[in-house]
Amino acid sequence: MDAITRRRFLIASGVTGAAALAARATACTLDDILATSGDRDHAAKTLVLVTLYGGNDGLNTVIPYADPAYPAARPGMTYDSGVILPLDDAFGLNPGLSGLHGLHRQQRLAVVHGVGYPRPNRSHFQSMDIWQTAQPDRPGTTGWLGRWLDTAGGDPRLAISFEPALPPLLAGATSAGATVPGGQLSLPGGLTAETLDRLAAPEPGASPALSRAAACFADQMRVQDMMRQVTEGTDEDETDDDEPPAATATGGAAPPLDQQLALVARCIEAGAATRVYSVSLGGFDLHADGKDSQQAQLARLDKPLTAFAERMAGKGVVVAVYSEFGRRVHANASDGTDHGTASTVFLLGDGVRGGRYGEPPSLTDLDDGDLKHTVDFRDVYAALLADVLGSDPERSLDGWTGRLAGVLG
Amino acid sequence: MTDRRALSHLLRRLTFGPTSAEVDTAARAGYDATLTGLLRPVPLPSPPDLGADPLARLGPGAGREQRQQARRIQKEQVTALTRWWLARMTGPVAAEKLTLFWHGHWATSARKVRSAQLMLAQQQTLRRYGPGDTGPLVRAMLRDPALILWLDGQRNTRRAPNENLARELMELFTLGLGAFTEEDVKAGARVLTGWQVDRATGVVTLNAGRHDNRPVALLGRTGTWDADAYADRLVGHEAHLPFLARRLWVRYAAAPGPSPAATARIVAAGRNTTAMLEAVCRDPEFAATRGQLVKQPVEWLVGALRQLGVDPARLEEQQQRRLLTSLRGLGQVPLLPPSVGGWPVGAAWLTTATTLARLRTAQTLTQLAPATADRLTGTDRVEALGDLLVVDAWTSGTRQALESTKDPRRLLTLGLASPEYAVH
Repeated sequence: MDAITRRRFLIASGVTGAAALAARATACTLDDILATSGDRDHAAKTLVLVTLYGGNDGLNTVIPYADPAYPAARPGMTYDSGVILPLDDAFGLNPGLSGLHGLHRQQRLAVVHGVGYPRPNRSHFQSMDIWQTAQPDRPGTTGWLGRWLDTAGGDPRLAISFEPALPPLLAGATSAGATVPGGQLSLPGGLTAETLDRLAAPEPGASPALSRAAACFADQMRVQDMMRQVTEGTDEDETDDDEPPAATATGGAAPPLDQQLALVARCIEAGAATRVYSVSLGGFDLHADGKDSQQAQLARLDKPLTAFAERMAGKGVVVAVYSEFGRRVHANASDGTDHGTASTVFLLGDGVRGGRYGEPPSLTDLDDGDLKHTVDFRDVYAALLADVLGSDPERSLDGWTGRLAGVLG
Repeated sequence: MTDRRALSHLLRRLTFGPTSAEVDTAARAGYDATLTGLLRPVPLPSPPDLGADPLARLGPGAGREQRQQARRIQKEQVTALTRWWLARMTGPVAAEKLTLFWHGHWATSARKVRSAQLMLAQQQTLRRYGPGDTGPLVRAMLRDPALILWLDGQRNTRRAPNENLARELMELFTLGLGAFTEEDVKAGARVLTGWQVDRATGVVTLNAGRHDNRPVALLGRTGTWDADAYADRLVGHEAHLPFLARRLWVRYAAAPGPSPAATARIVAAGRNTTAMLEAVCRDPEFAATRGQLVKQPVEWLVGALRQLGVDPARLEEQQQRRLLTSLRGLGQVPLLPPSVGGWPVGAAWLTTATTLARLRTAQTLTQLAPATADRLTGTDRVEALGDLLVVDAWTSGTRQALESTKDPRRLLTLGLASPEYAVH
C-alpha cells in the first residue's frame, strides 16, 4: 500500500478522532521511549505485530505442494517441489522464506493455517479494518490492541508504531498508542550527532564544492531536529507518510522494515516499557505477475524478520505476522491473483512452539472461489493477549472466548 | 617520479574511481603512458540478451491486462540492461565513463522510449561512435530509434512538423544556445520530417510521403537538405567544438567550465572526442581542478564498488535491487535521466537528502564488503581508509570524525559518506 492508500485507509477506518488525539498528545521521540526503561517488569513479554499490507497470497507462502489441486488451480504460478522449503511432506515455505525455514527447523516457527473471519470482505481497507479492530460484523473505532491499552492503564508508550500514521490497531476508547517518527529520517546505526558535527566542520581553503558537501551534514542535523519537532506538533492530517516517493515504488531507499525492526530492537534492548510494537511492510497486492514479485517481497520480509528473531532470542519477544486477506485459489490470466480470503499467520519468538496449527482449508471445497477459514483470527489474538500480554482476552475482544491452544505459553 | 596525486586525479576523472593498486601501477608507468592506456579503444561489448520487446509484439487488440503485463516485462528488461551496464562500468578503462558522458549528453529516458532493446541499441551507438569524430555520431543519432521516439521525431511530418528534435539537436547536442535562430529550428525540423521507427524491428526508415523535401534556409545555407547533410553542417559549425569542449570540461574537470585559453587548446585537438578528452587531461589548468568536481551518484557508487572489490554482476538479486534503489535515492538512475537536459552538474548534487542517502548507501556498500571493512583496524586505519578510497587528504574535521570511530565497518561507512569522497 502506498502512502496515499495508507492515508485513505486510516480515514476510512473511522479512527481519525482517536488518531488525531494520539498524534497531538503522544507522538514520542525515541528518547521518550527509551527513558521509560526503568519502569519495565522484567518478566513481561513483548509483542511485535507485523502487518503485510496489500493482501499476501497465503497459498504461495505456505504451499500445499502435495495437494494435486494446487498446481491444477494455478498453472504457471506454482513452485516445483524441489525449490519449496519443506515443512513436512504436505506443506512447504516459499523459496523466499529461507530464514523462516531455518527457524522452523529449530522448532521456533509456528504456522497457523486458514486464519480468517466470517463473511470475508475483499476490500483492502474494509478487511484491514476488520483485522485491526477484530470486529468482523461492524468494525468500530477502536483496535484490539488499543482496547488492550485501555485495560493496561493507557500509557501511550506501552504500544508504539514506527509507521508515520497511527494504525487503527493501536487506537483505544480512552487511550491510544504512540507513533515514533523515525523511518527515513533515521541515521544509520551508531552515527552520533558529534560525528556529523565533525564531518560538517568547515575547512580553510577547501573548494566551494567540498565546503558545500561538509555543510550538508550540518543541515542534515537541523532538518532532523526540525522534523522531530514538526512531527510532534502536527495534527494527524499532516503527519502523513514521509517516505520520499523514491521509497514507495520498490520498497524503500533503505528497506523500511529493516529500519522499523532495528528501532524496535533498540527499544527492547534498552529495556523500554513498551509491550506492543506495530511494524509493517507493503507491496503485496500482486494482481499480475505475482509469483516472482511475491517471492522477492517475502524475501524482504524474511531477512529482517529472521535477523530480528535472532537478535531478540531470550528477550521475551513474540512476533506475529498477518495480512488483511489471502488471494484467490485460482490464478488470473496475468499470472497474478485477485483478492481472496483466509490466509496464514506466522508466530515466532520466545515461548512459541514450532509446528503447524489449525486445519488447512480445502482447495476444492471453496466459498465462491475462496478458501473457507478454519481458524477465527480472534482465536489467535486471544492467545497473544493471554500468553504474551498477560491480560484477559475477553476484555479486548468483545467477550470472545475462543483461543488457539498449544502455540504459546 | 611522477606526482602520485596527479595520477590519482587523472584516474579518478577518467574512470569510475581507481583502486590504490591502479594508482601504484599508474605511478610507475607515468602520466603519458597511463593516459594513453586509459583512452585506448576497446572492442564493442557483446550486448546482453534482453529477450524480445514485449510492447512491440502486442497486437492492436491487446487488452489492458496484456498491456500491463508487457509494460512490466519491459521495465524488468530495462532493469536488466541497467545492471549489465553498471557491471561494465566497473572496468578499468575510460570507455564506459565516456558512454555515460554521452548518455547524459544525448539524455534519452527509457521512461518514454519504453524499450530496453532500443535503449541498448542507442548505447551501442554511443560506444561505437562516441570515442571518435562527432560527424558519424551525429549522423547515427539522427537515425537512432530511441532518440527519435524520445523527441517525437516519429510525429514530425511534412503536414505537422514537430520541432522538438531539431531544437534539442542544436541547443543541447551540438551547438549550444546562441548559435542558431528560431528560423533554423523550423527549417531543421522540416529537414528531419518523415523518419519512422518500427518498434518491432528497431529499424528506422524515411517515409517519403511524410518527408518535406522542399529547399530551406538552414544555418546560413539554402538548399535541399537531408539528415546527413544537416548532421555534417552541425559538426562543421564554428560553435560545435567549443560547445563540446565545454561539455567535456564540465563533466571531467570542473563545473564552472574551461577558460577561453583552455577551450582553444582543447578545440585545437580536432574533431575527435578521444583527442579532445586527452587535451582536457593534458591541459595546464586540469591539475588545478582537483577537489573541485562533485561526483555524480553513479560515479560515486560505481567507484565505491570498484574500490571495495564488489562485482555487481555477482551480487544476489536482492542486493542488485538494493543498489538500484540506492541510486534512485541518490537521484541518478542510468537510462532514466530526468529530462533531455541530462543530469545536474556540481553542487546540485549536494543536498541534505542526498547526504542522508549517501550515508545509507554507504552503509549498504559496507555490508557488501565486510571483509574489506574489517581490515580497517589499528592505529593507521584512517590512512588505510584514505588509501582504500584513494582520497588524497582528509580535512581536519573528517579526520577527527574518523579517528574517533573504532568500529571498522562504521569507519568505512563514514569514509564513503564523507565530503571528500563526494567531491573529487
